[in-house]
Amino acid sequence: MSEPLLQAIDLECERDERLLFQNLSFSILPGTVTRVEGPNGTGKTTLLRILAGLNDAWSGQLLWCGEPRARQRESFLRNTLYIGHRPGIKPLLTPVENLKALMAGRREVSDEVLVQALAGTGLAGFENVPCRNLSAGQQRRVALARLLIADEPLWLLDEVFTAIDADGVRAIESLLQQRAAEGGAVLVTTHHELQLPGMKRITLGAGGVHEC
Amino acid sequence: MNADRRPALKPVSESVGPIAAMAAVFARDVRVAFRQRQDLLNPLLFFIMVVTLFPLGVSPEVAFLKQSGAGILWVAALLSVLLSLDHLFRHDFDDGTLEQLVLQPQPLFLLVLAKTAAHWVLTGLPLVLLAPVLGVMVHLDGNSIAILCLTLLIGTPVLSMIGAIGAALTLGLRSAGVLLSLLIIPLYIPVLIFGTGTVAAAAEGAPVGGYLALMGAFLVLAVTLSPFASAAALRISLSNS
Repeated sequence: MSEPLLQAIDLECERDERLLFQNLSFSILPGTVTRVEGPNGTGKTTLLRILAGLNDAWSGQLLWCGEPRARQRESFLRNTLYIGHRPGIKPLLTPVENLKALMAGRREVSDEVLVQALAGTGLAGFENVPCRNLSAGQQRRVALARLLIADEPLWLLDEVFTAIDADGVRAIESLLQQRAAEGGAVLVTTHHELQLPGMKRITLGAGGVHEC
Repeated sequence: MNADRRPALKPVSESVGPIAAMAAVFARDVRVAFRQRQDLLNPLLFFIMVVTLFPLGVSPEVAFLKQSGAGILWVAALLSVLLSLDHLFRHDFDDGTLEQLVLQPQPLFLLVLAKTAAHWVLTGLPLVLLAPVLGVMVHLDGNSIAILCLTLLIGTPVLSMIGAIGAALTLGLRSAGVLLSLLIIPLYIPVLIFGTGTVAAAAEGAPVGGYLALMGAFLVLAVTLSPFASAAALRISLSNS
């Protein structure tokens, strides 16, 4: 039986004196894509930030590979890739420099690998253009190039399809599916109609929390 | 699909060492700063202008400047560092780089230390290098200038380190500038007192070893403790955003 990578037990989060969710329990298994659903303001981003370890205002239990996450901090951080609304791209640096800096804390990658990853997201020829001269979608693609070289088993992707064109969306969809087939775990929030075979759902909303 | 037969990616155990990660953070900050040279120049120009105001506004007499020169330079350097502090984490906060920094597997306080070191190299160190020129302008003698530069060399990193705590704490606020000053200036007072005290003692021919040792103690204290406080403050600011 494959062990869950990340397990949430009775998560509860209150924000600005409003209960976002409570008694939220789920497991993220390797080889699955899970979509966090719910209308605006129901706490999708907050949930992802809690899972990534950026938000501390929660109660409940989070287990990483079966052990409390707080005690596994380094292993958890090394093996989780979080891409948020603000993807961490410096406008003054080029795509290659940005990727290099983002990867620097995790593992060493050669420039060729980075250039290849950028080409894979449709940014061939833009490797050495400062990111502020790229469009919003292209900047987003720089961040998403990390997905092509990531070795982290768990991906937490917040609104990953924002500003991406139709072809790009399809490419990301097949990338997520391929990732799950390889044994990675993906958690996404999106308003885009994502249809992947075997996709799990966590639904947040006013009527309470459901996991299917 | 049967869960038993599903492939599973194994968690990776090795990551980049803390020193290499710190070097990468430092290098990125320096590179970004050199792409935006105006931000590098601003604190220096501010430093020069504030020092120039005193002969113009108070008195251009040699006796006055000789006596107050070290204090003027110290206050101007302090304000100049203060002015640059808001940028320390602000841009990284806005573009999401800070989130990614916090999520790096290395201890956050080390990465914050690297960022603060970069801040000092980009703002504090140029002030120290410029100080002799302005020292001559306010009629300080050679010995006083040497001691002044030494105190600034020891003191400005302390200013950056303490300032980083305030910058991290006020990150979530929209207009952090004034609050940052109100928080940080009281903490700068001891550094200022001993910085100018050292130069005054040297001018009277008194031994300055004790003063310098105390300033060195400030530096050690700031370098060893402030990154923990800054890292904790960063987590709070990010958690509330």
